[in-house]
Amino acid sequence: MADQHGRKWDRCVADTAIKTATGLGVGLVFSLLFFKRRTWPLFFGSGLGLGMGYANCQHDFRSPYLVHGRIVKVISSLKKTF
Amino acid sequence: MLRICLRGANATALTELTQPSSMMEKEVNTPKAKSEKKVKEEAGTAKESSPVPALPAKSIREASAEATHVISAISEVQSVPAPCDTQAVVEECKECHDHKDKPVSAAVHPDEGALRERPVEELATKLAQQDQEEQDAVISISACLEDSLASSAKATLQAIGAQEAALQAITQHTKKLKEAMEAEALSDEKSVQWKDLETALADRTSAVNDAETTTLKANETLDSLRSVIDKFKGLKVSAVRPLILAAEENLHNMMVDLNKVVTKVQSAESEAKIVSQYTELVNEAKQQFQREVSSLTPEIQANWKGLTGKLSADDLNALIAHAHRRIDQLNRELAEQRVREQIHIDAALEQQKLEDQKVLEKAVKTNLQHIKEETRLEQEKKLAELREVMEAEMRTQLRRQAAAHTDHVRDVLKVQEQELKAEADQVLSSKMLELETRYRQLSQEQLDNFTLDMNSAYARLKGIEEAIDSHVVAEEEARKVHQLWLSVEALSYTLKTTNADAPTVPLEDAAQAVRESCQDNDFALALVSALPEESLQHGVYSEASLRARFNSLRYLVRRVALIDESHNSLYQYFLSYLQAALMFEAKQEAPPSLLAWEDLDTFKLLSYASYSLEHGDLELAAKLVNQLRGEARRLAQDWLTEVRLTLETRQIVSLLSAYANAVGLGTTQAQ
Repeated sequence: MADQHGRKWDRCVADTAIKTATGLGVGLVFSLLFFKRRTWPLFFGSGLGLGMGYANCQHDFRSPYLVHGRIVKVISSLKKTF
Repeated sequence: MLRICLRGANATALTELTQPSSMMEKEVNTPKAKSEKKVKEEAGTAKESSPVPALPAKSIREASAEATHVISAISEVQSVPAPCDTQAVVEECKECHDHKDKPVSAAVHPDEGALRERPVEELATKLAQQDQEEQDAVISISACLEDSLASSAKATLQAIGAQEAALQAITQHTKKLKEAMEAEALSDEKSVQWKDLETALADRTSAVNDAETTTLKANETLDSLRSVIDKFKGLKVSAVRPLILAAEENLHNMMVDLNKVVTKVQSAESEAKIVSQYTELVNEAKQQFQREVSSLTPEIQANWKGLTGKLSADDLNALIAHAHRRIDQLNRELAEQRVREQIHIDAALEQQKLEDQKVLEKAVKTNLQHIKEETRLEQEKKLAELREVMEAEMRTQLRRQAAAHTDHVRDVLKVQEQELKAEADQVLSSKMLELETRYRQLSQEQLDNFTLDMNSAYARLKGIEEAIDSHVVAEEEARKVHQLWLSVEALSYTLKTTNADAPTVPLEDAAQAVRESCQDNDFALALVSALPEESLQHGVYSEASLRARFNSLRYLVRRVALIDESHNSLYQYFLSYLQAALMFEAKQEAPPSLLAWEDLDTFKLLSYASYSLEHGDLELAAKLVNQLRGEARRLAQDWLTEVRLTLETRQIVSLLSAYANAVGLGTTQAQ
């Protein structure tokens, strides 16, 4: 589990980097294309990417602790027995 | 041989046959008596003349009849006597004289025998024997009787014949005498007559003697017959009673005949005596006359009848004078006689009466006796008949009684038999039961004893076998245990075959070896099966590797100390990283015996665990690491499981080795 922790960090960092880069790139693209070479799409995009990466990373680290619940429908006949 | 007919008709026939003769004799006797009564007037031979010729004829006829009867009786067949049911048994007798003793004794014997209880077969045989003996006795008795009767009959016949002959001789003689007396014949004829007379006299005397002797003999035989008859009468054998009766009758008849003949002869003799007296008188007179004549005329010879021409006148005169004198004398005598006639006749009559009376009495007596005898015989005959009838009846009644008795006895015996049988069966069954129970008891006892012995022996044998087996088993166990120990040693050795960081070889083989070496040892098997699968497949890590791993793990765990279920954002991560960078705890810290609340801090725990690891207490380290919470725990989980595995394996192996040691210690014997 320890090495998985390391691997997780690796993935996280990699993923964040990629996302940031990708966001940057997309922002760049957007800025180039749509937003007249402004810088804010770059930051926005990278921020987006970073944020996504951060969220992913967090989610990845939380994943063991996440509880997935289910709603169990109670059948009326069974309810009667009670 | 005179055979006497035994029963019923034959005997009666014979008696009837003989009866007429006796009756005839009776008739003869009665006229004789009558004639004797008439003798008053006739003293001479006149009376005899009529009966005498009748008597000889009648006697001859009688004699012939008798003889014929007797001879006819001889041809009668002897009838076999019927079996007698009386108890008197007569043994077979050889001679009649022996009859007295044997029959009496035999008669006594069956009386005694009858008192005893005899079985039916014996009784039947005895009865048959008795019958046979009686038959034989009867036959012998009859034979004896026959013999004696025959002899007596013969003697009697002889006597009768002799008497008849004597009678004839006497009559002849008297006739001749009378002729001689009365007939005035010539001297030659006279001499012839006298010679004839002498011969007749001689004949008569001889005949009379013969008759006497034969009569004596006959009397003797009759007496003997009577004695025999009396003897046989004394035997009391009913079968021979008719025989005896018949014999008695015959005897009686013979005696009667003999007496008759004897009386006839006697009468003839008396007549002859009279005639002889008359002749004597005449002779005397003649002699006297002759003497007188001879005295007168001595020259004259005796036979004066032939002297008619030779006598002289003187002689004649003398003779005439003598004759005259004689005539006078005789006339005087005649007168005297005439005078005395009546007296003499009276006296004679009286005498005759007396004699007649006597004779009559005698005759009456004899006749009475005869009649008595006959009546007695008849009575006896009747008695015998009656007795026979009674006997037959009694026999039938007795037979009936005997049959009833036998039936009753049979029934009683049957009942008794059944009772006795039931009783006996009961007794038998009870005895049998007793004996059976005893036998069963004894046999059971025997069986029990035997079983006990067998059981004990078997138990001992079993014990011995078990001891041997247990020895074997123990040795086997020892061997097995040794094998187990070896395998466990191998297993424990494999635990040590660890390189720096690689785990041991998979323990599968060693575990397999251990499993093989402890096939029937459940404990060991359980232990072996409790070996974790991981260790089997992948082997276990050594302590050193785990220690090393822990150091790296510690570093990591430090970094995520703050992360748990609720605090697990990246920011927390950052914070925990910061804490780890700023926290400085002791590398190793001895863990206290009791963990307090503040000891549950990650860093402290890590230092405790590190300390215990360094000191080789993997277990404690595991326990401490187990107290980690949150992400730290998650991170340490692998290491913890590894440590657990290792601990488990080590525990199992140590258990196994301890067990093997213990068992090996237990089973190893000092050789």
